[in-house]
Amino acid sequence: MKKSSSLSVLLDGIIKENPVLVLILGTCPTLALTTQASNAIGMGIAATLVLLCSNMAISALRKVIPDNVRIPCYIVLIAGFVTVVEMLVEAYAYSLYESLGIYLPLIVVNCIILGRAEMFASKNGIGASALDGIGMGIGFTLAMLAMATIREIFGAGTWFGMPIPFFCDNPISILAQPPGGFFVYGLLIAIVNKATHGKAIKKKDFGCDDCPSAATCGMTGGCNKEGSAV
Amino acid sequence: MRSLIVIMMGAVLVNNYVLSQFLGICSFLGVSKKQDQATGMSLAVIFVMLLATAVTWPIQTFLLDPNKLGYLQTIVFILVIAALVQLVEIVMKRYTPALHTALGVYLPLITTNCAVLGVAIDNIDASYTFLESMVNSLGCGLGYFLAMVLFSGVRSRMEDAKPPKSFEGLPLTLIAAAIVSVSFFGFAGIIENLFG
Repeated sequence: MKKSSSLSVLLDGIIKENPVLVLILGTCPTLALTTQASNAIGMGIAATLVLLCSNMAISALRKVIPDNVRIPCYIVLIAGFVTVVEMLVEAYAYSLYESLGIYLPLIVVNCIILGRAEMFASKNGIGASALDGIGMGIGFTLAMLAMATIREIFGAGTWFGMPIPFFCDNPISILAQPPGGFFVYGLLIAIVNKATHGKAIKKKDFGCDDCPSAATCGMTGGCNKEGSAV
Repeated sequence: MRSLIVIMMGAVLVNNYVLSQFLGICSFLGVSKKQDQATGMSLAVIFVMLLATAVTWPIQTFLLDPNKLGYLQTIVFILVIAALVQLVEIVMKRYTPALHTALGVYLPLITTNCAVLGVAIDNIDASYTFLESMVNSLGCGLGYFLAMVLFSGVRSRMEDAKPPKSFEGLPLTLIAAAIVSVSFFGFAGIIENLFG
């Protein structure tokens, strides 16, 4: 693999194929954990670690795993790495473990990880898969950080727990509550749409190409398509 | 009995899985475009949630905990749920073809639905008894059902809307979800005021 293309694999994950803002994967932790910037960073790092390890392992085993049972195999591998990360976080960052709560074990069913395993790691070498994992992980972390920054500053008047003058006297507390999560996420996607003139999201209306469940799913042509569920 | 009602109300209205815990968002946004699809998916989710709890709770209590294997929870639960969904689909296809046609297409999607794994882990974390776990799962499933059906109604009204170009599609859907979520805000103090 040439140097320039490995750089582009890394950058794709951060910008062009940002998992949260362009591919619209991993929405659950994005919405739930962006009330505080520190939680967003913690979740981002945990997911990046799992993504890196699972991408490398799946890429290394891609010729060994039979095609028919690949999804269960991926899930077992991912669940293993999630357990490792869970134990590490519990041991070394207990307060983070408490605030991430149920979302930490739920990294197993995070679409980003299974999606990258299916879309990238099962077709590419270990080096490229590792870079893809890191790029996607950083993209996920940055997008979550951006959203958490907006929600924490406007919603609570703090950033990483530090009070911000003016905002801490006038917090718009609904932004820190669940409705604010949906709202800010919608706004951010609209901004990305505007910036890319609608190119980024156009192809992605929950089509089957990017759906991790596509392999096991009975519907064809996307869950959203008219009359597709037969 | 009273505590069961509190758990149920809490799961359906106050801590609604979709609108305030953000679990199962992918399917909430993906399958809510049509009311019949939303209903089918929700019924399948309720069914699998109950089944998953009925299986994972005994596994955790009688198998993992006595042998000090609690750290295997994540791996065991996801495998059990995945296997269970496959099994249910096969059994359904063989014995109740009508039910399979109605719910079958949604079943494989549910394996990777975080709400199902979420409720299984939640029940253990909250150290509910078996009965309380089942009630909590039913409540979460009904909450999901309520959110899906409400939102699919909202979305069908949005079909004719003409938003600015950059808001078309998902951004508009998310902002509508925010407004539906605000309406559930009204239930916040209901438990304290009714049972407190």
